[in-house]
Amino acid sequence: MTTYPSNDVVLELTNVVKRFGDNEVLSGVSINLHRHEVVCLIGASGSGKSTLLRCANLLETIDGGSISLFGQSLLDEHIDADLVRRHIGMVFQSFNLFPHLSVIDNILLGPVRALKRKPTEVREEALLLLDRIGLRDRANDYPDRLSGGQQQRVAIVRSLAMQPSLLLLDEVTSALDPTLVSEVLDLLRDLAHRGTTMLIATHEMNFARDVARQVAYLDHGVLVEQGTPDEIFNNAQHESTRTFLERVR
Amino acid sequence: MSLGTDEASSTTPNLFTSRRRRFLTGRRGLLASTLSSLILVGALVSVFFWAPGSASVRYFFFNGHDMWESFIGHPQNGLLSVGRGFLTNIWMFLLCEVLILVFGLGVAWTRVSRSPVLLPFRALATAYTDVFRGIPLLLVVFMVGFGLPAMGLGFLSNQSPDVYGCVALTITYTAYVAEVFRAGIYSVPNGQILAARSLGLTHATIMRRVTLPQAVRTVIPPLLNDFISLQKDTALVSVLGAIEAARAAQIYESTTFNGSGLVVASLLFLAITIPLTRFTDRLLDRDRARRLTTLA
Repeated sequence: MTTYPSNDVVLELTNVVKRFGDNEVLSGVSINLHRHEVVCLIGASGSGKSTLLRCANLLETIDGGSISLFGQSLLDEHIDADLVRRHIGMVFQSFNLFPHLSVIDNILLGPVRALKRKPTEVREEALLLLDRIGLRDRANDYPDRLSGGQQQRVAIVRSLAMQPSLLLLDEVTSALDPTLVSEVLDLLRDLAHRGTTMLIATHEMNFARDVARQVAYLDHGVLVEQGTPDEIFNNAQHESTRTFLERVR
Repeated sequence: MSLGTDEASSTTPNLFTSRRRRFLTGRRGLLASTLSSLILVGALVSVFFWAPGSASVRYFFFNGHDMWESFIGHPQNGLLSVGRGFLTNIWMFLLCEVLILVFGLGVAWTRVSRSPVLLPFRALATAYTDVFRGIPLLLVVFMVGFGLPAMGLGFLSNQSPDVYGCVALTITYTAYVAEVFRAGIYSVPNGQILAARSLGLTHATIMRRVTLPQAVRTVIPPLLNDFISLQKDTALVSVLGAIEAARAAQIYESTTFNGSGLVVASLLFLAITIPLTRFTDRLLDRDRARRLTTLA
């Protein structure tokens, strides 16, 4: 695996514009994600957080601006989106585990079918990952036998099994029963401490304050302000940021 | 009416079942259902037996001797066995079923594909399903059965009526089954596709490993429904002269002036379709139960 200087930019979103018909969902958003860095996106529902994440791994095509991964523009017409996505893990609000596959097969699918790795070898790693989240004994269960929190943790492990360069997390606790939120957030905290590069859209302000190196506030597709958790949560410069934080507090 | 719960009422509401409903619960409920079944069956049977022409109908359709004779056939008298004819229905059904599943999946896959190279095939697949879902099977049987031999295409034009029948059944049913498969493919939630794409899987791999396995599970009950119809529709091939159960029964009827063979053929079809129907129902119930537990 190639090593990058620790301050190297992994993902660079510059002036990203995205429209759905006449509706402009992102109006020139720029965010840089450095190696080992956690950036949290906050903002009301519909502010464009999810769309930004989807643009970042090319699930949506952008209408303006640029995206680059390790300094390589992803808008180049010779870029293979499938290859790009193998380096970018994504976890969804609704888990999206494959219901017809057991937990272990959910985790194996990507590495075996996309990376063409040996199933036996990946299985070892997958079991270790499951061990880390305390679900090794559920490896052969189907997703519908697991609680929401367990499913979401498996979904996170599924994307980690691809050994991605960064993780995109799209409100991963929003669909969870309040009692199950902490087990997922604890896993994310653990990942952050181990230096996992993550771009996290979240409504969990305390979590964002704890783990983020940078917090970015989006409002109606505009990046209103970005800064350290202290700058955003204690010292917001913009009225709309303060109003938003007041409402969610 | 005020917004909120009714706090004014101080009387206890009546929560007991009415006397009429109580009459039909527990063991009395069982008694009631037995009684109503007996009355219904009795009524139907007595209409059948008391009808003015009952005796002749019973002789014409339900004559034990003729039922047995038509079932085993009588080659010396030129009477073909309905039982043996039914074997033709069964092999046509089994062969067509496999072909239809393969072609149906192929047509559905083509219709949902996105590759520009496949554009003409996509258009063709769409036209094909539109046309053959719209033409009565009987007409397709005639067109294939008389058209292909008339084309003078050597091997293709020198087949038996059974084979042309299978071709016609496969053509028509493939169009239906392709649409069932396509509906199944579209029923897979978008989140599944997004998750699979995020893993960097290619379109073909997603189709094979994520979409189709889920789609097939959803469409098994409707597919079985189509196969129940297919099993019955093998009888239409008789118009080409293929000796299957319905045709054998018809020959027996026109020779002996007794239609009991038709009843025998019907019973043989039922022997296959009823278990299939029950099986389909069980799958549907299981599917429904699973959906309910998932929602809970």
